Amino acid sequence: MSDLARTRADFPILHQQVNGKPLVYLDNGATSQKPRRVIDALVHYYERDNSNVHRGLHALSMRATDAYEGARTRIAKFIHAADPAEIIFTRGTTESINIVAHSWARAHLKAGDVILTTEMEHHSNLVPWQQAARAVGATVRYIPVLGADAEGGLDYAALDTLLTPEVKLLAFTHISNTLGTINDAARLCARARAIGAVTVIDAAQSIGHARIDVQALGCDFLAFSGHKMCGPTGIGVLYGRRALLDQLAPDETGGGMVVSVTYEGAMWKPSPERHEAGTPNIADAIALGAACDYLDEIGRDAIAAHDHYLAQIAMEKLSVVPGIRIIGPRVGQPRGGLVSFALAEVHAHDVVTFADEDGLALRGGHHCNQPLMRKLGLTSTTRASFYLYNTAAEIDVLVASLHRIQKFFVG
Amino acid sequence: MSADLSELYQQVILDHNRRPRNRGKLPTANRVAHGNNPSCGDECSVHLRLDGDRIAEITFDGSGCAISQASASLMTTQLKGKTAAEAQKLYDEFHHIVTTGEAPAEISDLAAFAGVHTFPARIKCATLGWHAALNALKGDPLPATTETHKD
Repeated sequence: MSDLARTRADFPILHQQVNGKPLVYLDNGATSQKPRRVIDALVHYYERDNSNVHRGLHALSMRATDAYEGARTRIAKFIHAADPAEIIFTRGTTESINIVAHSWARAHLKAGDVILTTEMEHHSNLVPWQQAARAVGATVRYIPVLGADAEGGLDYAALDTLLTPEVKLLAFTHISNTLGTINDAARLCARARAIGAVTVIDAAQSIGHARIDVQALGCDFLAFSGHKMCGPTGIGVLYGRRALLDQLAPDETGGGMVVSVTYEGAMWKPSPERHEAGTPNIADAIALGAACDYLDEIGRDAIAAHDHYLAQIAMEKLSVVPGIRIIGPRVGQPRGGLVSFALAEVHAHDVVTFADEDGLALRGGHHCNQPLMRKLGLTSTTRASFYLYNTAAEIDVLVASLHRIQKFFVG
Repeated sequence: MSADLSELYQQVILDHNRRPRNRGKLPTANRVAHGNNPSCGDECSVHLRLDGDRIAEITFDGSGCAISQASASLMTTQLKGKTAAEAQKLYDEFHHIVTTGEAPAEISDLAAFAGVHTFPARIKCATLGWHAALNALKGDPLPATTETHKD
């Protein structure tokens, strides 16, 4: 069995028929599938260890606490954080970014300050900043995206004029969920740090696809979701440098995050507990740790290389489909494992409905990227997004399906 | 192509998608309503000239999938000359068709949308233009959205 066949065998869901055809799952940008090991971690926890964490003295509670804190340590290692206390468990990328937008931005920003972000952000890394800016009287500025098809990526030269002393926070995506553009995160963080601005990386699309080292990147905060990296839904992480997290006021308060409570008030624990009020999502955190183990066994460099291989094949084969307009980096340029495109005279939803007939799982729409779509003169695109278990043969299924769709609608 | 899919993309739907009827703005309109489908970004504006209680002229514009565009196009051909009450009744029949697949014998072109019922995610595509039209008739200033109105 080849390595790829072995990898595919790890994912039970892949081995099914959809509409009478073998499932071709190309919606990994939305969520990835789960390997047997992650599913087993959930089952094992609920069958053997389920208990509440931190406050119990009995055997099950100690096992649950060890597994939960073990997952925190595992994830710290996964992103090379200096300290497990820098890992806050959240529901996902959106909640992670919102914590920074609520607790950090509202406490540290004032009228006249600037939040700098980019024109290619997912709504989850855009709307929270607009709201925070509105609350304190700050403004949001955008690093432009270059090219009629956004093929030029971020305008790094514009940083010279955009990074003014008023910029207090820079938030950007590591890999664009719509364009596939891979941003130079280390460079952006270094430029922001040089003027004393805090940096927030949306790593939702990169975390399961590339080696992430928060210390090498030099970021202050990094947000990601478990479910796009072979982990369960409902669990994600906010990484923050310890010094920042320990100063940060909790966004939510309640049990588990206090040192002491009187009728007059309360004192907070340090990070991470101060940011995890209430019973946490224990099972999914543990399973996310199992996902880290799985991805590291495959090797994130190998996954990144496989993404690159599939993206290049897809770019070459898709670019000859009649009437196609691919957005993001051009053929041969580096891109993450996804391709977004519009077919002339065929709306993305019709593409997705037709492709479903061929067993393909694609995504059509604005990809929570409305301002960028508007800038590119598009209302929607179809996106094929790849992961470690996808094959070159599956791209052939996609291309054949698109030819059929184009013929049906346009003739 | 499967039977379900050819049911969905009937010839009449493809025809209205390729050559939409009454598409564009209406300079003489005295009622306009905008509809949107936030989950997919489809948009549809309906422009009406009401003469008393009767729809004297009707156009639509916007962007979206074949189902939403064809449905809005076909709708304009059906609603011209109708009163608000007749339009509501026609919508109720259309809604029944797209949610159950059952079309009464006397309904002709709208029956082309019977295939939508096997694709529940597409029902809101088919009804988007209708929501906008009904809002325009009511003089409702709020945009019709498929997320807050019942399909």
